[in-house]
Amino acid sequence: MAETRYTKDHEYIRLDGDTAVVGITDYAQGQLGDVVFVELPAIGKKVGKGDEAAVVESVKAASEVYAPVSGEVVAVNSALEGSPGTVNEDPLGSGWFVKMKLADPSEIEGLMTEEQYKTFVASMS
Amino acid sequence: MLNRQGRPTAPGLASVSAHETFTGNKALLQEEPLLFEIGRYDVTGVDLDEPQGFTPRLGGLERSDGIGLPGLSEPETMRHFVRLSQKNYGIDTGLFPLGSCTMKHNPRLNERMARLPGFADVHPLQPQSTVQGALELMNELGRWLTELTGMPAVALSPKAGAHGELCGMMAIKAAIEAKGEGATRRTVLVPDSAHGTNPATAALIQFDVKPVPVREDGTVDPEAVRALAGPDTAAIMLTNPNTCGLFEKDVAKIAEIIHAAGGYFYCDGANYNAIVGKARPGDLGVDAMHINLHKTFSTPHGGGGPGSGPVVLSERLAAFAPVPFVRTDAAGFALVEDEEGTEAFGRITAFHGQTGMYVRALSYMLSHGADGCRQASEDAVLNANYVRARLADLMSLPFGNRPCMHEVLFDDAWLKDTGVSTLDFAKAMIDEGYHPMTVYFPLVVHGAMLVEPTESESRASLDLFIATLRDLAMAAKRGDAARFTGAPYLAPRRRLDETRAARSPVLRWTPPAPVQEAAE
Repeated sequence: MAETRYTKDHEYIRLDGDTAVVGITDYAQGQLGDVVFVELPAIGKKVGKGDEAAVVESVKAASEVYAPVSGEVVAVNSALEGSPGTVNEDPLGSGWFVKMKLADPSEIEGLMTEEQYKTFVASMS
Repeated sequence: MLNRQGRPTAPGLASVSAHETFTGNKALLQEEPLLFEIGRYDVTGVDLDEPQGFTPRLGGLERSDGIGLPGLSEPETMRHFVRLSQKNYGIDTGLFPLGSCTMKHNPRLNERMARLPGFADVHPLQPQSTVQGALELMNELGRWLTELTGMPAVALSPKAGAHGELCGMMAIKAAIEAKGEGATRRTVLVPDSAHGTNPATAALIQFDVKPVPVREDGTVDPEAVRALAGPDTAAIMLTNPNTCGLFEKDVAKIAEIIHAAGGYFYCDGANYNAIVGKARPGDLGVDAMHINLHKTFSTPHGGGGPGSGPVVLSERLAAFAPVPFVRTDAAGFALVEDEEGTEAFGRITAFHGQTGMYVRALSYMLSHGADGCRQASEDAVLNANYVRARLADLMSLPFGNRPCMHEVLFDDAWLKDTGVSTLDFAKAMIDEGYHPMTVYFPLVVHGAMLVEPTESESRASLDLFIATLRDLAMAAKRGDAARFTGAPYLAPRRRLDETRAARSPVLRWTPPAPVQEAAE
């Protein structure tokens, strides 16, 4: 299983060679409630760490999905546009948002491990 | 014993259950189908003669089949719309605690004034010499607004709060461009506690939006603004009092930082009702602020009437105000329509704005007087704090139990482990006959409930509202989750499926498939 890291804004990033899959965590989808719309970036878009990579809109609010690290968008999960509910059903799997080619793979070291993220989420409630 | 009268003599003998009727009506509350469902397509309520000897000149593009409009008689049409209106909930039916929206009473005197023929029956294209009274009224309203806000100029024409924001930000953009800084000053700072329309307005006119995080106490830290302000800063858009119901205590400092960086201070005045007669935005360093006449100055809104969002402007921006505007000279009042020879950024309305709302707002101001306007603000703040103080032991306050402005913000920490969400709580309020407060806004607070009672409510009205919320809150804490999660139980429609409505909205009515009638 490839390593997954987490941000304080509740995005996850899962490394797979020099590309990585980015999405929002199960905690994030639970907080958002039913997702009704997902706006994805253009393929080829270059994003810096912390830049807006996508927008997710639920019945409660619209929120930005930030790029956990710098890189270039190489693929987007366009299936979400037709079935945004996938984000709620399988956030870590088929509910992914974008695939990125990392500009600096070492940036990922600064993100939380699964263990650290669990502690972080527990501290929030 | 058999009831031969056909009339039930005991509740148990009723042919339908207590909750369902044959017609679907509930007593005198009528169940109302769509106009298209009650109309008939082979009749019309109005007899119109077929035109004789009519030759279409549409080159064969004329409609060949029926237009499909339902036919109803005048009484049927009247009943349809009156029944719908009876399902409406407005400030005239009950307390409307919608935070950030200032749903105050609309005095009937305003309505009477607005119906005076000299205001109601004039046309924007008639000669200005014949509408001197209407122009004088606009001038007088402008004088009140500039006096109350301590700002030198006002643009009356914007037709809503967000339209006013756009107007103010366009004036700022024009001022920046006039200084030759259009290419570099492109960033607008918007705090997390701002109204959602603020970043939208900035983005609409091609500014880049940079969020300013809100500090622990719910207000904006001037140091956070200082860290972000620079030669690229066009403006900051700050809502004051902010959407957490708190006065931005460092507002003057923030203005100073923005001005030192060469930017402008746009203040969202949607919450102006809290400070009328108490603080003048002009003294706080504001360069532009819209005023929602339909909130602060009691003109109807929310389906009851059009908005009106005049913008007051500082000396630095006054010249860029859009046309038309009123000018006085020896001959009387004139509406300056032509931007030639002025620095006006253009025009944002076809005509001069919402005359009817100008009349209502000025009527409110004149009947209250300066001291009355101030007292309205004081009472609005007092009422919100009364609600806060009476509920603080049951519901949780995200920034501590300290004085708020005209609205009090609760979060959902107190609902933790009850199985009841903010939305459920709001829906249960509907069953109790109250329009819910604003929920899930501002976003910076989890499960937000933003209550704005306004000054319109009496002590008795507030006490009943508070008692209702206390009863609901205690039921939630007792574990009576079903009262909430299934609510509303008693509304004409049960809870709507918001998810499905957003994911697959049905935006157009389609007639049901015709029923095949079996041959006899």
